[in-house]
Amino acid sequence: MREKRQSMGPPSAFESLRLEAAPLRAAVPAWHARAGVERLREIAVGVAAKGGRLAALWGADERDRGEGFALHLALVVDDATLWLAVPLPAERPEYPDLADVFACANRMQRAAYDLVGIRSTAPDQRPWLRHAAWPPDVYPLRRDFGLDNWYGNDIEQYRFVQVAGDGVHEIPVGPVHAGTIEPGHFRFSIVGEKVLRLEERLGYTHKAVEKLFEGRDLVAGGMLAGRVSGDSTVAYAWAYAMAVEGLAGVAPPARALWLRALALERERVANHLGDLGYLGNDGGLAFGLAQFMRLKEEWLRLNGTLFGHRYLMDFVIPGGVERNVGRHGCDEVAAQCARLALEVQTLRDVYDDHAGLQDRFLTCGQLAPELARQFGVVGLAARASGLTLDARVAPGFEPYDRLGVAIQTHGAGDVAARAAVRFDEIFESLRLLQAIVEGMPLGEVATPFNTLGGPGRGLGRVEGWRGEVLVALEADDGLIRRCHAHDPSWQNWPALEHAVLGNIVPDFPLINKSFNLSYSGHDL
Amino acid sequence: MLKLLRQIALTGIVTEPPPRPDPSMRLVEQRLKSEVLALFAGSLAIRHVDAGSCNGCELEIHMLTTPHYNLEGLGIRLVASPRHADLLLVTGPVSRNMETALRRTYDAVPDPKLVVAVGDCGCTGGVFGESYASCGRVANVIPVDVAVPGCPPTPTALLQGILAAITGRARG
Repeated sequence: MREKRQSMGPPSAFESLRLEAAPLRAAVPAWHARAGVERLREIAVGVAAKGGRLAALWGADERDRGEGFALHLALVVDDATLWLAVPLPAERPEYPDLADVFACANRMQRAAYDLVGIRSTAPDQRPWLRHAAWPPDVYPLRRDFGLDNWYGNDIEQYRFVQVAGDGVHEIPVGPVHAGTIEPGHFRFSIVGEKVLRLEERLGYTHKAVEKLFEGRDLVAGGMLAGRVSGDSTVAYAWAYAMAVEGLAGVAPPARALWLRALALERERVANHLGDLGYLGNDGGLAFGLAQFMRLKEEWLRLNGTLFGHRYLMDFVIPGGVERNVGRHGCDEVAAQCARLALEVQTLRDVYDDHAGLQDRFLTCGQLAPELARQFGVVGLAARASGLTLDARVAPGFEPYDRLGVAIQTHGAGDVAARAAVRFDEIFESLRLLQAIVEGMPLGEVATPFNTLGGPGRGLGRVEGWRGEVLVALEADDGLIRRCHAHDPSWQNWPALEHAVLGNIVPDFPLINKSFNLSYSGHDL
Repeated sequence: MLKLLRQIALTGIVTEPPPRPDPSMRLVEQRLKSEVLALFAGSLAIRHVDAGSCNGCELEIHMLTTPHYNLEGLGIRLVASPRHADLLLVTGPVSRNMETALRRTYDAVPDPKLVVAVGDCGCTGGVFGESYASCGRVANVIPVDVAVPGCPPTPTALLQGILAAITGRARG
């Protein structure tokens, strides 16, 4: 299967870009190419014209190899990923702004400057992940920067965009929020109750994740990858393991891949259950929270029994999975799925019939399909705005190629649509889980791993419950040289700013919860 | 509406008895007098602060308020403002970008106040440790009474830690 795909060559969308694309050994279709900075815009425009999108953008310091710096892009067209490396000169690491082609590029470009010091020509040069913990002329991901470098900390003065006019005022919210959520700052410009503008300021949970990857053993990196965003630990650990396995040429046994899918779908269901509970609660129906969280707790308890961890942390490891789930465990999963399907259907009927809740959900926080496409929105938010995106359907991606994933979409793009997609995805995941425990091949659950190896790169791309998680990895002699972990929230946070426009401030918590984006995964 | 009521009746009460406090989670001896603790034990207000966690600990803090653990049934509430709080429940590591916000939140809690650090990262810095971007454990930034280890700690462990913070005898 794998060899066959490699011999197929890159998809036509990439070929027309006149690139020397080499196939990456990966569980999903992926290619790597280099291009000069003078060709960057032409390639970006070409990819966008083919309906492609920017999946990730990051920088790297290559001066120790005598190559200056590098800008890296992950571009996705028709489920194939192109990893594009663009060398930049050490003395003037600058590249043309891509935000007019891919709207989501803005913050990624600013983050790449904060961390590596490669600069885009964009007019918006405000810092993004850097607040005041390190000075503006210092770049933590440069190879001559020590992890333990310590600078004075100060209060950051960030230049928010001001909205002027009669009766317009600002509401600053955060970083410490009223609810039990992660830290970030929201600046609302409002007139009366109506939101005229929302500007996000993130980066509060930046904790040196990418620097911590540097120099780490390939296998040990998995533990860190599983903690980039705790609620998506399986998605990250799988994407990371996929990158490592591609790099090292290790194929995990078939049963391990099926067990990973078992874990990934259980993670998806757990998060959707929690979100549906909170959506009910934020809409004024506390009954929904109590009921869904009861179901979630029962779900987590079986996770604890079968996987040894309620959230499945450290279950996926490079080379396979950490433990087997036997026949008895599979039966328990099947029985639980059957029970849960009935319970969720009952609760869905209650939600659908509840006039007060539907009044809060419908037309609230609308994200039009065209806007979602423009921002490169991914994951369940994209599917709720009618985009048929799901990394699980990538050709040849075991075991999903055998299971056949039905992508759940909805056209309205409002809170109601994002709730409906969650319901539909729970049912689809329950179906997949049943199919997994029935069809899972027997055999080993991990392939022994020799981490030594020459220089190489690997890529992982997995559809987590929130959206597409991407890991790009470069290693030397079994040690990580550069690892970029990309959360779908990078794409979806800017779209949230637009989804709230024209809504009233009290609807923001509901809209925000309907996206439920990661701060930690974004801030790294 | 009938469906909703039927579901409530069918579900019944799933709440389980609370665990005992775990004194081994204490970092310092009880500082508060028993009269104060008696008041807290009847109605404790908690403000949660995520000072840089991976959001794993938040998932379990959420579970505290759900039917199985029923935090509010013990007279313990999660409140929206530090000014309403008796106890700060802090997840970490404390990122340097959250250092100031955490100090200010701590200062905003009226005395007498308690702090419970949550998770391996909150207890020791965990997998993230100390770096240019991280202050490490919560106790490096504000005084901590109780530290609850785990990655993430279970709701039961969190309850044991919270209860440990409001029990025990003050020295002298």
